[in-house]
Amino acid sequence: MIEVRDLHKSFGDLEVLRGIDLEVEAGEVVCVIGPSGSGKSTLLRCVNLLEAPTSGKVIVDGVELTDPECDIDAVRRRIGMVFQQFNLFPHLSVLANVTIAQRKVLRRPAAEAEKVARANLERVGLSDKVDAYPAQLSGGQQQRVAIARALAMGPSVMLFDEPTSALDPELVGDVLAVMRGLAVDGMTMMVVTHEMTFAREVADRVIFMDEGVIVEEGPAAEMIGSPASDRARTFLSRVLDPAAAQVGEVEEA
Amino acid sequence: MSVVAAEGAAPRLTRRRRRQLVLGGEYGLFLVVVAVLLSSADWHEIHANFANWDIAKQLFPDVITIGLRNTLIFTITGFALGLAGGLVLALMRLSSAAPYRWFALAYIEIFRGLPALLIFVFVGTGVPLAFPGTSLPGGVYGQAALALGLVSAAYMAETIRAGIEAVPRGQMEAARTLGMSHGKAMRSIVIPQALRIVIPPLTNELVLLFKDSSLALFLGITLQQRELSKYANDVASQQGNSTPIIIAAVCYLIITIPLSYLARRLEARQKRGQR
Repeated sequence: MIEVRDLHKSFGDLEVLRGIDLEVEAGEVVCVIGPSGSGKSTLLRCVNLLEAPTSGKVIVDGVELTDPECDIDAVRRRIGMVFQQFNLFPHLSVLANVTIAQRKVLRRPAAEAEKVARANLERVGLSDKVDAYPAQLSGGQQQRVAIARALAMGPSVMLFDEPTSALDPELVGDVLAVMRGLAVDGMTMMVVTHEMTFAREVADRVIFMDEGVIVEEGPAAEMIGSPASDRARTFLSRVLDPAAAQVGEVEEA
Repeated sequence: MSVVAAEGAAPRLTRRRRRQLVLGGEYGLFLVVVAVLLSSADWHEIHANFANWDIAKQLFPDVITIGLRNTLIFTITGFALGLAGGLVLALMRLSSAAPYRWFALAYIEIFRGLPALLIFVFVGTGVPLAFPGTSLPGGVYGQAALALGLVSAAYMAETIRAGIEAVPRGQMEAARTLGMSHGKAMRSIVIPQALRIVIPPLTNELVLLFKDSSLALFLGITLQQRELSKYANDVASQQGNSTPIIIAAVCYLIITIPLSYLARRLEARQKRGQR
């Protein structure tokens, strides 16, 4: 479903991705973990070409996005994306947030778009918020609207860029529950996250990235439970038990 | 504390005493100035010259049906043209094509750097010469709208550009991710939000434009096309009396003060609305 070949990405002199090869099968849930600055968000943003790769290939659903002839807008319709900062449209109601792209991009008639929107808002547990505005919702609710907005386009892949990192801890559960539901329903998902419990329970495969390369990957339980590389082991021990870190042991965040 | 006490041999002013003296001095000065002004003014002359009821009565209804009406027409058409032009220029300023950016920048710098008066003279005389045989729709009305539009577009372009740049980048990204093209995302997501942001500054621009519409007198207008300032000025010189100027001033303020108030309210509401 997703195929990434020898992907490089530089911002000026800074080489953020240094040769990534990756495949995600249809229906697979892949979590990408790693320290901040490791390039995992950039990798995700390259998959739908929000960032243009410096070199390499990205193929989604049989279409090569990195081909200059590719109709990027058409491919993006089939790739849903959820951001850390939700990025709901603040000037539109919840319902309009979920219908606007259906109307403007898919040219669905108003009634049909609304039906699809209501069904997806129901799916994320927010059917009672259709008329609210984003500013009136909690972070967790906003993120679930953002998920409904992406789902309304009928994507075949969903990308999640640290979807719970901006949330208050007690709101994380609702969003993760929605994502777990999606995974159970067979959605192909690529999730950049720091939620190790979620990764262990829901992911089929976990990828550990550091300094722009994939250091290690494997089945979730194995990867998180008993990582092979030193770097993954150090990272995981800190994430799973932050209080145990020794003074002076902590280098870059 | 002990240092102050030790050095102060003479009794020093307390803080409260000093404040009383300063405030008292300020009020005193104010009262003296007002008293001098009031006593030196010739109230009979002022009344006859600035608030002459008979002359004021003669002004109606023409001051409204000709003066205010034309002022409003010039302002609104000029604002509409300026808004459209400003939006286009703002988008050109942000374009990825360099010639567009250069043109917009040059336009903005030129028209912000020139007195509006010059633009009016130019539109009144230069445009008919440059494009012989063409005439703007509405004659003088078209010319006034064009002149005001040309000037205000430059100011509004900068305001709107700032508004567009104030919309978070994530909005464009979210829209693109949903499959919208850049143009579609701009039109349905970014620009509506940018316009909301720039409503207060644009309202202020409208106030400025309202006043600048008085420059239409440089276009060679007929009696029926006079706006407030020109109309009041004409009657004042005919009658040898300044009452029409006062009436015109009141007409301006009736429009501008509520508009400024509205702009402040909108701005305050926006500040509150920010998360």
